[in-house]
Amino acid sequence: MPAGSNLEAVLSAGRFAVTAELGPPKGTNLGVVERKAEILRHCCDAVNLTDNQTAIVRMSSLACAIHLRRMGLDPVMQMTCRDRNRLALQSDVLGAAGAGVRNFLCLSGDHQQFGNHPGAKNVFDLDSIQLIQVLAGMRDTRRFQGGDEFTGDIPMFIGAAANPFADPLPYRVVRLAKKVRAGANFIQTQAVFDLEIFGRWMAQVRARGLHEQTAIMAGIVPLKSVGTARYMRDYVSGITVPDAIIARMEDAADPKAEGMAIAVELIDAAREIPGVRGVHIMAVGWEDVVPILTERAGLLPRPLI
Amino acid sequence: MIVAQQKPLEDIRQMARGFRRLLVLGCGTCTTVCFAGGEKEVGLLATSLRSALGQEIEIEEAVVQRQCEWEFLDQVGEAVGRAEAVLSLGCGVGVQGIGERYPGVVVLPGLNTTFMGLTEAPGIWEERCMACGDCLLHRTGGICPVARCAKSLLNGPCGGPQDGHCEISPENPCAWVLIYDRLMQQGRVEQLEEIIPVRDWKASHSGGPRRIVRPDLREMVEEEV
Repeated sequence: MPAGSNLEAVLSAGRFAVTAELGPPKGTNLGVVERKAEILRHCCDAVNLTDNQTAIVRMSSLACAIHLRRMGLDPVMQMTCRDRNRLALQSDVLGAAGAGVRNFLCLSGDHQQFGNHPGAKNVFDLDSIQLIQVLAGMRDTRRFQGGDEFTGDIPMFIGAAANPFADPLPYRVVRLAKKVRAGANFIQTQAVFDLEIFGRWMAQVRARGLHEQTAIMAGIVPLKSVGTARYMRDYVSGITVPDAIIARMEDAADPKAEGMAIAVELIDAAREIPGVRGVHIMAVGWEDVVPILTERAGLLPRPLI
Repeated sequence: MIVAQQKPLEDIRQMARGFRRLLVLGCGTCTTVCFAGGEKEVGLLATSLRSALGQEIEIEEAVVQRQCEWEFLDQVGEAVGRAEAVLSLGCGVGVQGIGERYPGVVVLPGLNTTFMGLTEAPGIWEERCMACGDCLLHRTGGICPVARCAKSLLNGPCGGPQDGHCEISPENPCAWVLIYDRLMQQGRVEQLEEIIPVRDWKASHSGGPRRIVRPDLREMVEEEV
C-alpha cells in the first residue's frame, strides 16, 4: 500500500529526490519553523524535522511535522530511540499519521552526553532496526508491537539513516541490509565528504541489490567555514572530512562560497554514482543555502507528481 | 564480581556525624577483591574517621565473609548491638542485608556500588554485565552490547564509533567493533546479519525487583525441617 507522501511519489516516479533538514527552535516560536519551511518549500520534496538533535531539547519533531503538514509541505518526522520507549513512539506515530504525516525516519539518536542534559537517563527500549520493524508492523498489520489492533489507517513511508564512514567499515553494509530487511523504504546517509569511501560502500550496496529494495539518498552538509570543517572532522562522530576539503576551505577567500561550491560538487558526484536516488541536505541552521545549492546543482524546479 | 568504590571521605564524614558508636563493617567477598571493602580498607577508613571526627566517636571494626547472607551477618550480632550505626563497606546488597537483619540499627553506605565487571588489569575494573535477565551473549560473540554499548543497541553499532572507540569516550572500545572482531576471528561474522527482535525487558528491572524461587531447593529445605 503506498503511503501517499510526496517523497515516496518522487522516488517511485524514478526522479532524483531532494530532502532537507529543518532544525526546530530551542523555544516556543513556531514562526521560526514557518520561516524555514517557506525557504525549503520549493526546493525539496520533503523536509526532515529533527528530534532533539545532538540531544539538545528543542520543539518536538511531532509538533513541527504536524505544523508543516498544515502548511502543505511533506514532513519527514525523525524519531529517536534515545528519548522514548515503544509506548511513546507508537503513540506519536498515531498522532502524526492522524494529522497526515507520512514519512517517518527511525534513528538510534545521539547519546545524551553530547547535549544539554548529559545527566539524563536514556531509554533505548528499542534500537533503530527494531523501531523500523515496529512501524512496518503497525502499517502492515494494523497492530501495535504488543499485539493489540488499533483503528484507522496508518500509511507510512519508513526511513532510516546509514553511516558509510563509521567503524567497523565492513559491517556498515550489513547494518544497512538489516534496516532494509526490517522494512526501511528509504535511507538518508551521514554527511558525505569522502567520495572514495562512499563509492566503495555504494558498490557493496549494489552487490547486495539493496539499492533496488530501498531508496538511498546521500547526505550533504554545506560547510560554512574552515572551523566548521575541522569541527566536523574532529568532533562529530562518524564523519570523515578529507584533507583536500579542509585545505580548500583554508585557502578560500570566501569560505561560504567555497563551502557551497564543494556541496554542489558533492551533489553532482553523488548523482553519478549508480544506485544513489537522491540527496538529503543538512544545512544545520543555514537553511537559506538550500535553494541556492539545489538551483546550482540543477535540481530545480522540483517535480510536481 | 560486584565492583564498588569508596565514597569520598567527606561524604562519609557527613553521614557519620552525630553518631557516637560506629561499627565499620567490611565484606570478605566482592568488595575485598576489588580493594574497596576488605580488612585493610576497613582499618584505613576507621583510622581516617577517628582523626576526622575526633574523640567524640568510638569506632569498632569487623569484616564478615559475606554481608549478603544471614549466617555471616549473624556472627556480628553483638558488635552491631553495641553500635548506633553500621558503616557498611559491602555493596548495596550488603547494606540492605544488614538493615534487614538488624532493623534497629542505622546502616550507612560507605561505598558506591558501581557495576558487575571483571579485573582487566591490576587496578582496572570494567563493566561486563547489567543483569538484564535474558542473556544473549551467544548471539554477540560473548561480548555484551546491553552493558558495553552506551546505547545498549542490539543490532549493530550506531553511526558514532571511530578508530574502534565509542563516540562518548575514547577510553571505551565500541562494543560492536569488539563483537565484529570477535566473530570475524571465529569465522562467524554472518551471525551479524540476523535481526535481534524487540526485547521483552520484563526480565530486566523493568519488571520490578526480580526474585528467583527454586521449588526443588525449597522442597529439600522443607523436608529437612
